[in-house]
Amino acid sequence: MATHTLAVLVENSPGVLARVAGLFSRRAYNIDSLAVGPTENPNISRMTIVLNVEGHALEQVIRQLDKLVNVIQIAEVIPDESVQAELLLVKVSATTRNRFDVDAVVEKYDAKVVDSDASSVTIEATGEAAKIADLLSDLEQFGIRELVQSGLIALERGGTSLSDRTLSTQGIPIADGGVQADYQN
Amino acid sequence: MSKKMNGASSLVAALESAGVDVMFGIPGGAILPAYDPIFDSKIRHILVRHEQGAGHAATGYAQVTGRVGVCIATSGPGATNLVTPLADAAMDSVPLVAITGQVPSAAIGTDAFQEADIRGITMPFTKHNYLITDPAEIPRAIAEAFYIASSGRPGPVLVDIAKDALQKDTVFDWPTSVSLPGYHPQAKPESSAIRDAAALITQSSKPVFYVGGGVIKANAARELMQLAELLGAPVVTTLMARGAFPDSHDLHLGMPGMHGTVAAVTALQKSDLLITLGARFDDRVTGKLSTFAVNAKVIHADIDPAEIGKNRYADVPIVGDLKQTIAALIPELKAALAKNKPDLTEWWRQMASLRSTYPLGYNKPEDGSLSPQFVIERLGKISGPDAIFAAGVGQHQMWAAQFVSYEKPRTWLNSGGLGTMGYAVPAAMGAKVGAPDTTVWAIDGDGCFQMTNQELTTCALNNIPIKVAIINNESLGMVRQWQTLFYEGRYSNTSLDSKRVPNFPMLAEAMGCIGLSCERPEDVDATIEKAMAINNQPVVVDFRVHRDAMVWPMVAAGTSNDEIMIARDLAPDWDSQEL
Repeated sequence: MATHTLAVLVENSPGVLARVAGLFSRRAYNIDSLAVGPTENPNISRMTIVLNVEGHALEQVIRQLDKLVNVIQIAEVIPDESVQAELLLVKVSATTRNRFDVDAVVEKYDAKVVDSDASSVTIEATGEAAKIADLLSDLEQFGIRELVQSGLIALERGGTSLSDRTLSTQGIPIADGGVQADYQN
Repeated sequence: MSKKMNGASSLVAALESAGVDVMFGIPGGAILPAYDPIFDSKIRHILVRHEQGAGHAATGYAQVTGRVGVCIATSGPGATNLVTPLADAAMDSVPLVAITGQVPSAAIGTDAFQEADIRGITMPFTKHNYLITDPAEIPRAIAEAFYIASSGRPGPVLVDIAKDALQKDTVFDWPTSVSLPGYHPQAKPESSAIRDAAALITQSSKPVFYVGGGVIKANAARELMQLAELLGAPVVTTLMARGAFPDSHDLHLGMPGMHGTVAAVTALQKSDLLITLGARFDDRVTGKLSTFAVNAKVIHADIDPAEIGKNRYADVPIVGDLKQTIAALIPELKAALAKNKPDLTEWWRQMASLRSTYPLGYNKPEDGSLSPQFVIERLGKISGPDAIFAAGVGQHQMWAAQFVSYEKPRTWLNSGGLGTMGYAVPAAMGAKVGAPDTTVWAIDGDGCFQMTNQELTTCALNNIPIKVAIINNESLGMVRQWQTLFYEGRYSNTSLDSKRVPNFPMLAEAMGCIGLSCERPEDVDATIEKAMAINNQPVVVDFRVHRDAMVWPMVAAGTSNDEIMIARDLAPDWDSQEL
């Protein structure tokens, strides 16, 4: 088993997340994380799916995903050839006595404090999974009260974009005789 | 052509524009607005008695004609009753468009009366589906639905339309094109794959054509015949492909799989090259996958890329329409064979020996009672090669696949993938609507028949004179067979007592059909001929057959094809076969 990251461009239409999630559940593929959001094109959303599968199964996942009519493009994102990030918000216990120690950890990971009160500090951090994991382990000593993490998002390095390859969509003509007559042979 | 009308009229205009000539359905609250313009439409609407019947009828119609079958139902229970036929159509790649009414858009999500999230429910087994709340989207959704259902690998598409979208005013504008950025079925095969396939075939000394239902969907039977005769290799046709290649043809070894012929099962098993055409390595064909055809390389041609490599690695994958694929392969193979023609003599010697040593057969019951296989064999013989047969699911289905000789595509309909009991009667109804001048038999079990026979009323009232042969062994026969073989004959809940109740001929008569009964072998031909002579009314024949007949050969579920049994505790005598 190995971890793979897929970038999936989908039509921004109702139900598309349910279709993708349903496919994974129905075919017993395990998702590590899934992040979805808008793209530069308002008609298209982008999903980043991290999953743990063997090579053969990955091919099946991609082909099955590709069968969903709302899925426009799928690409595997290779870690070395891409920028990857997760977002973390974490609330740790912090008092005036150890606040300096917390700040030192925050600084070490290039994170920032986004909220604090007399007994806690909320920290925001972004980065690759390993960095986030290290940060969390350094914060454990203070006591983690609550945390929330986004799925991984990823973008290929260099000037090309996934959508360059896909969005020249032409309509498929249907004949006057009706769709029926046209597509049976 | 833009025209002002309400959403319901727009729906009907769209269905007419899509070329629909018949649809099967039942009205109800949410779909009611659509039934008003249906009243005036040139589309024939057949009012069924249960929505499941509408779905299977649309499937039967589609299987026989190659056109898209259409069914229509209301929201909630109407829609959920379509779930089984939609799942069935998805498994067997049947082009279907299902229209359902939905509660008004403002009520969606409120658990309103007769509300069901049919789009959510059917996501796993529709090729695509829609929920329409804006009447302006109706023509586009219908055009896309027909295009998606019928192109690429065919399948069912559901269009759920909120009641208020049917009621509101809109402009009907039939699109001249559909725009689906994520949907590009690949029809034309790669020429390099065709070359690789031809090269691999010339290196094979034990090739087999493993033919699936895709050949029928692609209307590629004629091309298959040319290709098979060109190479002269054995052909096996799966349950979904019966009729894709004539049973009477010398190259045909019959059906492979759990109840396949010894020759067909062994041909796949011992082959060094499976030329796989529109088949999907289903578990009922492969048996235990890790032991399936272990020495074979695989050419796998299919319109659906996701089928390739799903269950079995393909040495040469070919994605494309099978008609085009086979047509392209013929000249390529001809050229390759001119240089290097493999000698199949030894392979044929082995296969011919298996075919003659282990033909399909059955023992007639010693007590003189009726043998189900005999009935089915006579049905096939007397009805002739043009007749269409639709089967339910179980023993009678397997016997109908084994003992009727299929010579033409689209003459054999059954629920292969989902295994839907109750498929036969409504599917036969749809088939008869699609082929009104052809004899259509439903070969049904007494269990299956009791699931969907209400559609005989529909047939009687709508001049759809199908014929039904109930193979009445008063049991859920296939389950009983498994209980005999694997549960020490403990017949838990498989006895239906259907020789006592119901009285099938009376039931048939009550539904406006002719009811006949037959329980002696000597009456079989006369009874079938009597049924054949009735063409103005549906006919139901209650064939009261021996209870303990079993389907053989058999590869038990989960075991290897090498473990094929030709009768209980009886394996082929492999030692006398040089394989």
